[in-house]
Amino acid sequence: MIGKQRNGVDASGYPLRKEGLRKRPRVNEVIIQSVLFFAGFFSIFTTLGIVYELGKEALLFFRTPEVNLWNFLTGTSWQPHINQFGILPLVTSTFITSAIAMTIAIPLGLAAAVYLSEYATEKVRKTLKPILEVLAGIPTIVYGYFALMFVTPLLRSIFGRDVVEIYNMASGGLVMGVLILPLVASMSEDALNAVPRALREAAYGLGATKLEVALKVVFPAALSGIAAAIIVGISRAVGETMIVAVAVGAGPNFTFNPFRGAETMTGHIVRMSGGDLSYDSIDYNSIFAIGLVLFFITLTLNIISQRIVRRFREVYE
Amino acid sequence: MDTLDNNRYVIQARNLGIYYGDFKAVTDVNMDIERNKITAIIGPSGCGKSTLLRAFNRMNELVPGSRAEGQVFFDGEDLYAKGVDPVEVRHRIGMVFQKPNPFPKSIYENIAWGARIHGYRGNMDELVERSLRQAALWDEVKDILHRSGLALSGGQQQRLCIARAIAVQPEVILMDEPASALDPIATLKIEELMQDLKKDYTIVIVTHNMQQAARVSDYTAMMMLVNDGSRSGTVIEFGETTKIFTRPSDKRTEDYVTGRFG
Amino acid sequence: MSASSPAPLGPFQDNLPHRHRVGAVWQWIFFSATVIGIFVLSALLLNIIDGAFGYVALEARVDPDTLAVNGVPLEELPKEELIRILQERLSASAFNKLNDEKPFEERSQANVYDLVIERVVKYQVLETWSLWESLTRSAEIRARVAEEFPQAELRFVSWLTVETIRRPQSSEAVNAGVRTAILGSLWTIMITIVVAFPLGVGAAIYLEEYARDDWLNRLIRTNINNLAGVPSIIYGILGLAIFVRALERLTSGAMFGLVDPTTANGRTVLSAGLTLALLILPLIIINAQEAIRAVPQSLRKASLGIGATKWQTIWAHVLPNALPGILTGTILAVSRAIGETAPLVVVGASTAISFDPNLFSRFTTLPIQIYQWTSRPQGEWRHLAAAAILILLTLLLSLNATAIVLRNRFTKRF
Ligand SMILES: Nc1ncnc2c1ncn2[C@@H]1O[C@H](COP(=O)(O)OP(=O)(O)OP(=O)(O)O)[C@@H](O)[C@H]1O
Ligand SMILES: [Mg+2]
Repeated sequence: MIGKQRNGVDASGYPLRKEGLRKRPRVNEVIIQSVLFFAGFFSIFTTLGIVYELGKEALLFFRTPEVNLWNFLTGTSWQPHINQFGILPLVTSTFITSAIAMTIAIPLGLAAAVYLSEYATEKVRKTLKPILEVLAGIPTIVYGYFALMFVTPLLRSIFGRDVVEIYNMASGGLVMGVLILPLVASMSEDALNAVPRALREAAYGLGATKLEVALKVVFPAALSGIAAAIIVGISRAVGETMIVAVAVGAGPNFTFNPFRGAETMTGHIVRMSGGDLSYDSIDYNSIFAIGLVLFFITLTLNIISQRIVRRFREVYE
Repeated sequence: MDTLDNNRYVIQARNLGIYYGDFKAVTDVNMDIERNKITAIIGPSGCGKSTLLRAFNRMNELVPGSRAEGQVFFDGEDLYAKGVDPVEVRHRIGMVFQKPNPFPKSIYENIAWGARIHGYRGNMDELVERSLRQAALWDEVKDILHRSGLALSGGQQQRLCIARAIAVQPEVILMDEPASALDPIATLKIEELMQDLKKDYTIVIVTHNMQQAARVSDYTAMMMLVNDGSRSGTVIEFGETTKIFTRPSDKRTEDYVTGRFG
Repeated sequence: MSASSPAPLGPFQDNLPHRHRVGAVWQWIFFSATVIGIFVLSALLLNIIDGAFGYVALEARVDPDTLAVNGVPLEELPKEELIRILQERLSASAFNKLNDEKPFEERSQANVYDLVIERVVKYQVLETWSLWESLTRSAEIRARVAEEFPQAELRFVSWLTVETIRRPQSSEAVNAGVRTAILGSLWTIMITIVVAFPLGVGAAIYLEEYARDDWLNRLIRTNINNLAGVPSIIYGILGLAIFVRALERLTSGAMFGLVDPTTANGRTVLSAGLTLALLILPLIIINAQEAIRAVPQSLRKASLGIGATKWQTIWAHVLPNALPGILTGTILAVSRAIGETAPLVVVGASTAISFDPNLFSRFTTLPIQIYQWTSRPQGEWRHLAAAAILILLTLLLSLNATAIVLRNRFTKRF
């Protein structure tokens, strides 16, 4: 009986197969696929939304008579209430805090990555890695509290209260470095792990020590992956908000002294929007203009990093 | 060979060629697969046996960039004609893979799931038992039907996969080296099983094992790369197994079946 | 060539001991870098604990002892007595307002007692000390309080108590709690999950199971990777422009005729939840994609090979086996959302609300509360912030523990 009776009632319990091999109308499959496509496509809307809204409001900002692009890009004073809109103070402090963060995150992150991938025994790795992951999972506002309540007093007691202001870039930058450390470490570790064993064995076979293998063979081979990690770290630092909002200060300040207070681009956006911002005001428009600058900086960094990673993959896969 | 006889032949390939992107892996295959017989496909590694087999139930098109040309008639209907539903094709022409791949579900569910999606309305317990009996697995698993299919031995898993395939009552079962991952005893069981299944199904099997082909099959297709530098494979000789193994007409077949092939 | 080297090395120097020494030094350096991470983590936790407990010098406007009736201390008075005290000490309008909020007959004794403390006794914080100071300089603190604030009461308090969790926001740090903030966080996250989970998993299924490798799908993939790197504050700006402003009628509830008199705009729980949903969507997609990719191809072939459709295969085999991975990834993304502050500030979190939020009300969340309290100059609020941080971290830790358990339980199934 089985499988032979193609036409007529199927005694075995299966429905009749009267359509032969012709396509069945599978409406639900089509609907489901369209819904899933929509879900996949949805994130394009997010990007369009970001670009459109930032662009539109920023355009309004630049159209106002008080603002011109040249002053925006080169002015060293950002004082909206007296119509001075030079973004440089915000950019320099963003740059300084990020630079401080990276001087912490790069050496420590890379050293930790080398240790975890080349030296640590499996057991040590299994304890240390989760700790780094926990560090990466702590909300940034908590780091902000830590910067203000621990690092700032520490800096002030080391360098003197008149040298270090209560709100200062150094404190925010240092803590931001701690925040970014696990990110750099874990991405770099992935890159180190991706270096083929054969390469290590070749070096050991020539009588190289562990350090020589790690620093002169594995590290250079993983360099582009490590570069990508560093760039992602920088992008993260530039976009980081709460630490600088809490610990760095509350006013744009064109200074290169890390012990003074200043305001980063992100910090400024947060402070401006903290109050009840009225729409169509120049303040409202200005945070979009700053947001646009921020968006382009981080996007560029991320795209560069992805390019590097992709090239790196092609080499080893 | 050029006339279609869908009483005697269940699958008839005509000028079948299969591409992966620009690479033509299989070219110019013409063969008729007889109903309720076992047909073996043999040939050196990489000559396109699996590719050809998968073309018989349109599994190949799951590989991105692959396509087929020519026709494959199944009960007289071209599988590659417009408007043919590949899902229905795979329902009628089932497949058993090289590595046993039971679902990570219970033994019972492994069999019942396929039946359910095809709208089976009969008694499920009966169907499960019948399929497992046909696959010569019932006695070994009847007390552990609710244990995971992955908890079985490799050979049992493969028979479970066969049971799963026959539970949806296909006409043809394609098997791609179904015993190559199994030990000799499990292999023997599968071979015996195939002889039993022949009554109800048509079986096409790809195998690397000459003895196995000689033991189980009624017909044998010999595949080989064509000799024009294109690296495409084709069927160079097709006929009754006894003839292929005793009096092959092609020198290359003779070399291959006698083990003189490089 | 050193004397210790027995065999001649020809043109080579016996530099091995030196190389090993250098190696050991570097190994130590690498190791310490890793340890610094642990050290900072401990410093951070200790710093927060340090802030969450300690001495407080309190001064009551009305000494609670004077409110005792016939020697029965205030906290043991019956409800009626307490209500009488309120009636006496508060203005009639203030008393009626309390009664309007919730009739006194329905209030518990504990609740009325709280009202007496808050409205009548009115503790004021004069000064606070951290845990470390309280432990090491206890005598000094006592002496100073006795001298400078003779009226004050010195108490050792835990800023983190059941009360802290139970009480809403208040204008006095000693009476303030995080109830509103916790509820706000839960509401927001619920919306975020409801929106981002189906959308994210759907997108991942599409990209892994349906999408062909053409330009459109490549664009979608690149776009998702880029979105994952966009700073969270940009999402806040987007949320402000789209949800708060453009979709105000929807997010304020006006569309449903549900306008809360306290909100006149779209700065609501709903806007906050939607903003965070956009923020974690790329993370959920990327994690879910990985989980789906980890389901072996043989399983799909097995299912398709018996004539199942694509969706039947996905629903019955791919998703159940990818689910633990999807859930783990989602939990991690959700923990990120729970800790997010910046985008919500931009979307317009409120500074002080003391009522339980709903979908269309103004909102505050735990991180927002921490931010606002940390930003206040008075020490007592920072102690409260520390207590709120402990609550937040406990919440996140339990979520992460769940994720790890899920991951360990379900790995290596094939
Ligand atoms: N998914 C694929 N994508 C691209 N090329 C493929 C794919 N699968 C197979 N091929 C190519 O097609 C040709 C035939 O492969 P096929 O797997 O059919 O050979 P086979 O005869 O089954 O080999 P074996 O005996 O080793 O299983 C080979 O050259 C192979 O490289
Ligand atoms: Mg094969």
